[in-house]
Amino acid sequence: MGPSDLAKPRALAYLEHMKTLLTALLVASATLISAQSLPNVSVLKLDGSKTELSSLREEGKPMIVSFWATWCKPCINELNAMAEYYDDLHEETGVTLVAVSIDDSRTSPKVGPFVAGQGWDYTVVLDPNSDLRRAMGVNNVPHTFLLNGAGEVVWQANKYVPGEEEVLVAEVRKLK
Amino acid sequence: MRRIAVIVALATAGSAAAQMGQTDAFGGTLRAVVQMDAQLYVRDSVLDPAGDYYPDERALGQGWALFTYERGNLRMGMRYENYQNAILGFPTGYRGEGITYRYAQWQQGKFDITVGNFFEQFGQGLVFRAYEERGLGLDNAMDGSRIIARLPKGLTLKGVIGRQRVYFAKSDGILRGTDAEWALREAVPVLDKMGLGINLGASFVSKFQRGFDPLLNLPANVGSWAYRLGANYRGIDLKAEYAYKINDPNFDNGYIYKPGEAFVATATYSRKGLGVLGTVKRIDNFSFRSDRNAQQFDALVNFIPPTGNLHTYALPALYPYATQINGEMGYQFDVNYLIPKKTKLGGKYGTKLALSIAASQSIDRRPLEDGSFGDKGTQGYLSDALMWGEIPYFRDVNFGISRKFSSKYKTQLTAYRFVYNKSVLADGVNDYAIINAPDSDSVLVVPAVVWEQQFALPRHQTLRTEFQWSGGEGFRGGLAMALAEWTVSEHWVLAIQDIYNYGHPSESRRIHYPLLSVVHFDGPTRVQLGYGRQQQGIFCVGGVCRVVPPSNGLSLSLTTQF
Repeated sequence: MGPSDLAKPRALAYLEHMKTLLTALLVASATLISAQSLPNVSVLKLDGSKTELSSLREEGKPMIVSFWATWCKPCINELNAMAEYYDDLHEETGVTLVAVSIDDSRTSPKVGPFVAGQGWDYTVVLDPNSDLRRAMGVNNVPHTFLLNGAGEVVWQANKYVPGEEEVLVAEVRKLK
Repeated sequence: MRRIAVIVALATAGSAAAQMGQTDAFGGTLRAVVQMDAQLYVRDSVLDPAGDYYPDERALGQGWALFTYERGNLRMGMRYENYQNAILGFPTGYRGEGITYRYAQWQQGKFDITVGNFFEQFGQGLVFRAYEERGLGLDNAMDGSRIIARLPKGLTLKGVIGRQRVYFAKSDGILRGTDAEWALREAVPVLDKMGLGINLGASFVSKFQRGFDPLLNLPANVGSWAYRLGANYRGIDLKAEYAYKINDPNFDNGYIYKPGEAFVATATYSRKGLGVLGTVKRIDNFSFRSDRNAQQFDALVNFIPPTGNLHTYALPALYPYATQINGEMGYQFDVNYLIPKKTKLGGKYGTKLALSIAASQSIDRRPLEDGSFGDKGTQGYLSDALMWGEIPYFRDVNFGISRKFSSKYKTQLTAYRFVYNKSVLADGVNDYAIINAPDSDSVLVVPAVVWEQQFALPRHQTLRTEFQWSGGEGFRGGLAMALAEWTVSEHWVLAIQDIYNYGHPSESRRIHYPLLSVVHFDGPTRVQLGYGRQQQGIFCVGGVCRVVPPSNGLSLSLTTQF
C-alpha cells in the first residue's frame, strides 16, 4: 500500500477488498468436489538433506503427519503417547508417523538432541520456513493428520488431549 | 459484528467438512484456515486502579482467513485480515482490514518462482528472514518476487527482491538478496557413501533507503553478507554462520557508523537415548531493518536466534530472554538423557532427564580513541571480539526429570535458576548508561520450580495439574500458581488456574489472577472461551520484547480449517 492508497477513501478501499475476497470464494466454492492429498512442498531431514513429505510414506500405506515443536508440551505428550503403540502399529498396518517440527532457527538445532533424548522411532523432519505448515493450513501445534493409503486426509485434530492416541490408533486400524 | 458473524459462519461450515482441502473439477485443491479472537473487557479497579489499560472500545476483536489454492505446479494464496480493533497486547499498528497477503507460485523443473508476498530465510536468518508469527502479531512478509533454482549436484540458488510488510503499509526500504547453498554430498559420491554430509552456503542482502539528515551522511545502500558451513556425520552435527554488515546508522544503535558482525555456531550429538548440544555466539551491532528509523517488531530484515530455552510454563515464561541485537556474547549447553525402560532406575517406561545451561553477557565496549562513547555520527565504541563485557544479561540453568510410573500416572519436575537483568531486558536500558552508572543496573536472581502431574480417570477422562512457584526480590516478587485441567472427553476440556503474586514489592499488587477456560474441539475446529485476569507480561520474538498490558474479561478464540 503506497502513499496514493492512503489517500483513497477508506470505505472504497474496503469495498474493493471485500469484492476480491468474495469473488475468490465464489469461484473456489463453485468448483468444490471432494477431498485430496499432500501439498508438493519439501522439508529438511535431520541430516540436513531435503526430501518431499510424500516420499516418506510407504507405498499404499497410511501415514500420520504430526506437526510439533520442542517448546510445545502437548505435542511432546502426544508423540510420547503414540510411541508406545508405534512399533506394533507400524508392523500391523504399515503406517509411518512423520513428526514435522515447526521449530525456527532459534530452537531447530535442538530438535536432533531432543528427539534422541525422547527415544522416538519416528521420522522427524524440519519445516524451518513454515512452508508445509502454511500449505497444510496448520495454525497452531499440535496438529495431526491421518492420511489413507491413497494419500487422502481422513482424520485430523488440531490439539492433543490425553487418550486421543487411542482414537488415532483405532482410526489407523480402520484403514488396514 | 457482521464480520465476526461471517467468520463464525465460515468456521461452522468448515467444521462440517471432516476432510482437509477440496478438489475442483480441474484437479486443483483449495484449503482455508480461519482464526478469530475477541475480548470483552471488564473494568477492574484492583488490577488497574486508574483505568489506564481499560480500552475505550470495551470489546475488541480480530481475525484472519488464509486461502491456498494448489493445482499441479501452481499455488496461489491470500489472507484477509481484520482488526476492529486489535486486542490488548497486540501491536497497535494493526488497525483496519484488508488483504495483506497474496501470491502466486509456479514450480517447474529446476525453477520455483513466486510473485507477490512470500516468506523466506537464508541460512539461520542472520542476514535475511521474512517470517510470521500470527499469534504474536509479527509479520515481515516480503512483497516482491523470488526465484529459486535447484540445480544439479546439490546447488540451490535463490534471489529475492521486494519491500517488507509493516502492518497495513510497507517499509520504506527496498531489499535485494541472493543466496547460494551447495550440498556437497550430492556432488561427491564418496561423501554420500561415507554418510558425511557437508553444506556450504553464502548470502548477500542489501537494502536501499534514501537518507536525508542535516548532520549525518546516511548510507542509502547497506550491504550485508554471510557465510555458513554445515556438517553431519553419524549423529554429529555442526553448524556455523558468520555475518557482516557495513555501516548502518539506525535508531537501535544510536546512529553510529561501526560495521556489524554476528557469529553463531552449534554442535550437537544425538543417538537414541542421548542428545547433547553446545552453542556459542557473538553479536556486535547487528540490528538490521529495512527502515533505519523503525522500532519494536517493525521492518526487521534478519533474525538472530536467542540462546536459552523457550519456556512455556507460565511462571518461568515471565522471565523471557531476547537477543540483544546491539551486542551480546553467549553460550548454551544442553543434555537430554533417557534412562532406558525396564531397568531398575528407568522403571517400566523409562525416565527422562534434561539439563540446560545458558548465559548471555554484554560484549566488550570501550570509548573510542577520542574519548567519545556511543555518540551519534561516530564509530561508537571499540570492542575486542574475544573479551566478555561486564554486564550480565541473562543466565538460565534448569534441570528436569520426567517419569511415567504407570498407565494411570505420570509426572514431571523441573527446577530453574534465572539471572535476569531487569534494566536491560524489561526497562530497555543500554550498555552505555549502565557502564556510566554501574549501580543503576538491576539484576535479579530468580529461582523457580514447576511440578506437573497427570492422572488417568475412569471413562477415558484425565486430570492434569501444575504447581508452580517462582521467587526473587523486587520486580515481580514471589509468585505461586496452581492449575487443574480436566479432559472431560475428546471434545471438551475444562481448566481452572490461579496465580497469586504474594511477594510483589508493592502491597496493592499482591493479588490473585484467576482464570477459567473451556475448550471445545471438533476435528479441525477449536473454540476456546476464557474468563479471568491476565497478568502484565512480556512477549518476546526474535530480538524484540513488548509489554502486554494487564486485563480482565471474557475472551473467545476460534480456529478452524477446511
